[in-house]
Amino acid sequence: MDIHEYQAKEILANFGVDVPPGALAYSPEQAAYRARELGGDRWVVKAQIHAGGRGKAGGVKVCDSDSEIQSTCEELFGRKMVTHQTGPEGKGVYRVYVEGAVPIEREIYLGFVLDRTSQRVMIVASAEGGMEIEEISAEKPDSIVRATVEPAVGLRDFQCRQIAFKLGIPPAQTQNMVRTLQGCYRAFREHDATMVEINPLVVTSDNRILALDAKMTFDDNALFRHPQISELRDKSQEDPRESRAADRGLSYVGLDGNIGCIVNGAGLAMATMDTIKLAGGEPANFLDIGGGATPERVAKAFRLVLSDSNVQAVLVNIFAGINRCDWVAEGVVQALKEVQVDVPVVVRLAGTNVEEGQKILANSGLPVIRASTLMEAAERSVGAWKNDITQTNRMRAVT
Amino acid sequence: MSIFIDRDTPVIVQGITGKMARFHTADMISYGTNVVGGVVPGKGGETVEGVPVFDTVEEAVEATGAEASLVFVPPPFAADSIMEAADAGIRYCVCITDGIPAQDMIRVKRYMYRYPKEKRMVLTGPNCAGTISPGKALLGIMPGHIYLQGNVGIIGRSGTLGYEAAAQLQERGIGVSTSVGIGGDPINGSSFLDILRQFEEDDDTHVICMIGEIGGPQEAEAAAYIRDNVTKPVVAYVAGLTAPKGRTMGHAGAIISAFGESASEKVEILNAAGVTVAENPAVIGETIARVMGKAA
Repeated sequence: MDIHEYQAKEILANFGVDVPPGALAYSPEQAAYRARELGGDRWVVKAQIHAGGRGKAGGVKVCDSDSEIQSTCEELFGRKMVTHQTGPEGKGVYRVYVEGAVPIEREIYLGFVLDRTSQRVMIVASAEGGMEIEEISAEKPDSIVRATVEPAVGLRDFQCRQIAFKLGIPPAQTQNMVRTLQGCYRAFREHDATMVEINPLVVTSDNRILALDAKMTFDDNALFRHPQISELRDKSQEDPRESRAADRGLSYVGLDGNIGCIVNGAGLAMATMDTIKLAGGEPANFLDIGGGATPERVAKAFRLVLSDSNVQAVLVNIFAGINRCDWVAEGVVQALKEVQVDVPVVVRLAGTNVEEGQKILANSGLPVIRASTLMEAAERSVGAWKNDITQTNRMRAVT
Repeated sequence: MSIFIDRDTPVIVQGITGKMARFHTADMISYGTNVVGGVVPGKGGETVEGVPVFDTVEEAVEATGAEASLVFVPPPFAADSIMEAADAGIRYCVCITDGIPAQDMIRVKRYMYRYPKEKRMVLTGPNCAGTISPGKALLGIMPGHIYLQGNVGIIGRSGTLGYEAAAQLQERGIGVSTSVGIGGDPINGSSFLDILRQFEEDDDTHVICMIGEIGGPQEAEAAAYIRDNVTKPVVAYVAGLTAPKGRTMGHAGAIISAFGESASEKVEILNAAGVTVAENPAVIGETIARVMGKAA
């Protein structure tokens, strides 16, 4: 789960990381008011969205007056901001963060991630702050400093000092840097984060070390023990279909194609999407309905997949292991009777009691297209979609 | 021979009184697995599916001589249960539980390294379907009847995609020596490489099949190992060719976040290491059959 910059800064500040003074606003007027409250004569107005690359997309603006803040905010609020991380549909701006401007001496990149190779928390830092980490590793790979944290003893101060010296932090600021790194690590560990990124972390001309931006991502599997983090969830930043799916305990990712997929198991779901592509179609979604393909879950899955208006055919691929095919078939029949489905449906069942399952589908009287192998299922769903389009066009031509 | 489990391996089930665990315990027993007990704190003295329940893994091991364990414990407590198994001298542990926090798994792995190599427990999973040596023993939740006994060693992240491969093999009359699920989580007990090493040494395994997916460095690590150390033919499939970057595809670990983590990059790396890659999931069985024909 992602959170906003201002929320991440609040968390980090609680662990001793210094951040510039700032305040949140839900309207242009409030933003101007917040700036006056903060004082000073220069502010930075930042659109709060769950994505990086805001600067280049015009989501971060330096303002010198009330009226400038107001006009900047009027442009930002309600806008769908598209950055290289949002996808073409962008993310809506409904909150703005106003910060006092800071005299920057130098910028540092600082990230904490779960490193899957060492299977530990890894610190990644570079003196080339302000650039995206992908750019840094492509253009200045030698500037990257890495350290992993031994889980039994946690991050050690000597490691923090090593990082500080390698980054060329002035000796007078070393202790400050150690505190910042330790603060980030403790925030990461205690809230079960999977990523903390400060880009840039700045050394100011008055010798402070401040987190100018902050991003935190949390482990969904650990949210059960962090109710205060779960509360920070902002549904306005999520794909509405994915939010709906998550609320129903289904794992769904929306894509751009038109063949809806309902599959049990994440690996098989990805494999099914791949096969659709190979057969000449484009999958509309990833959907894993999990182990138990109960009629209720199948019905929920149909409703979810059909809520995408791009979907022109649905492919159901269930490998019934412990759950027998006859039982899954009954679930599919029941779901199809319950949910209004007006696109072709291809069903492929495999595994235990497959013949009985096929019989149930055949005898249901429902216009289900049956398939026995994965390839056949993909080809038939692509065929059904193309056929359906031709028919629709023909009908349109007649009327 | 088969890897990890055999007909006689004494097995305990941690969390045996849960609904899922009961069901699969019965299924494993009817498959022929030597289930000797279960563990649920506070339920010691009860009996489930004809086997005794103990309060601690230590007691269970003492009373039954258990060597392998299957963990069905809910996510908040699963990491603790795995460590308990490691401490009690369990040799092989399979964790089925889906949804264990990643940082808990970091601690589990660190904890296991407290033990010298010869005493260190092998963990597969979490978030996997288990391990089966067809005709001998089943330690997990997979449908045993789709696996024939034979000489293909299967390693996979995904449960149902693994079933798909096994079913394609069964259709062609090809059997399996052992199938090991390593799970879909970012931090897992054993990697492809760990299991490859076992299959390379196993006389019953003639061909190895690796079923990978997007995300993480483990397929690339395996490729380097295969190139330098594996003498047996390896067939692979990598799921997620159509998966977009930066999105988690169901499995917590199935996310493309760095170079070399996309399906096409993994395919390229595996190809370069001399692995025969099945172009799509529908031809996994066919590809293995072809490779076996050549090997024979």
